[in-house]
Amino acid sequence: MSLKPAVNKTDNIEGGEKALVELVEYGDYQCPHCGHAYPIIKKIQKALGEKLKFVFRNFPLQEIHPSAVLAAVASEAAARQNKFWQMHDLIFENQDNLSEENILALAQSLKLDVKKFESDWGDQKLLDKVNADFESGIRSGVNGTPTFFINGAKYTGSWEYADLLAYLKSLI
Amino acid sequence: MLQVGTMAPEFKLHSTPDQKLKLSELKGKKVILAFFPADWSPVCGDQMALYNETLKYFKKHNAELIGISVDSKWCHLAFAQDRKLHFPLLADFEPKGSVSKLYDVYDEVEGQSQRALYVIDEDGIIRWSYLSPVGINPGADGILDALEELDKPKK
Repeated sequence: MSLKPAVNKTDNIEGGEKALVELVEYGDYQCPHCGHAYPIIKKIQKALGEKLKFVFRNFPLQEIHPSAVLAAVASEAAARQNKFWQMHDLIFENQDNLSEENILALAQSLKLDVKKFESDWGDQKLLDKVNADFESGIRSGVNGTPTFFINGAKYTGSWEYADLLAYLKSLI
Repeated sequence: MLQVGTMAPEFKLHSTPDQKLKLSELKGKKVILAFFPADWSPVCGDQMALYNETLKYFKKHNAELIGISVDSKWCHLAFAQDRKLHFPLLADFEPKGSVSKLYDVYDEVEGQSQRALYVIDEDGIIRWSYLSPVGINPGADGILDALEELDKPKK
């Protein structure tokens, strides 16, 4: 199964323009497996440096994770102040306490313009973007979180650190 | 599995402890039958949790999703409440697995339904089917592709 649509300018992308390998994660901020994957991806990024391009797309399962959409939209609101990744990281680091108040406190700790953040957080356009991410995941064959795509193809192997790193290295 | 192009066999199963659902009651709508092995799958974003989130995309195609397993009506009730499911789970419980057998998706060894999907059109004709490896959640992309295909204007 392949990634539909391909990575594009609406995506949140971290890492080199000249990267040799592209890793896309569909994730849910309240999913414990994604929380487990978070430090692994960090380590992978560190190990591969500029060779890796990492993209995060939202796949919130809101019926079982009631704060997942709230958190996803918050990360997109932070993106409007160029702090998507900082917010993404903080949300995963505070995965067990994603109340509205706490997310707002995270925004403050990132020194975001909180007034703008709050208004963006309620912006339908950002909710639409999160929903579009979700739909793209469904169409790409995402069946749970986290699901990874590597160079556009669904990755079904183990994503524990050593396994994922070895696989990515084999492509470089 | 049953052949695409054939009539979907009629059945009547408990959808709640005091209600039964007949397939023919859904005539005029597309129906997605999702046979699955058992309630209470531990995985994050398991198949039923995923479909719970994709119902709105199915509804765009005038399609209703129904889950079927051999679990009892009370087990389904507890599972559906726990996972906040917004679609019916039918209990293929007595005689055990009879509807799964009728649809040729019963695992005799484990005594449970296989993980299998059918898409049935408004006239009750089977239009698409998929048998998934039991441990793999088939996702929703195949269903959506099939529904889209059905809604394409006929040439």
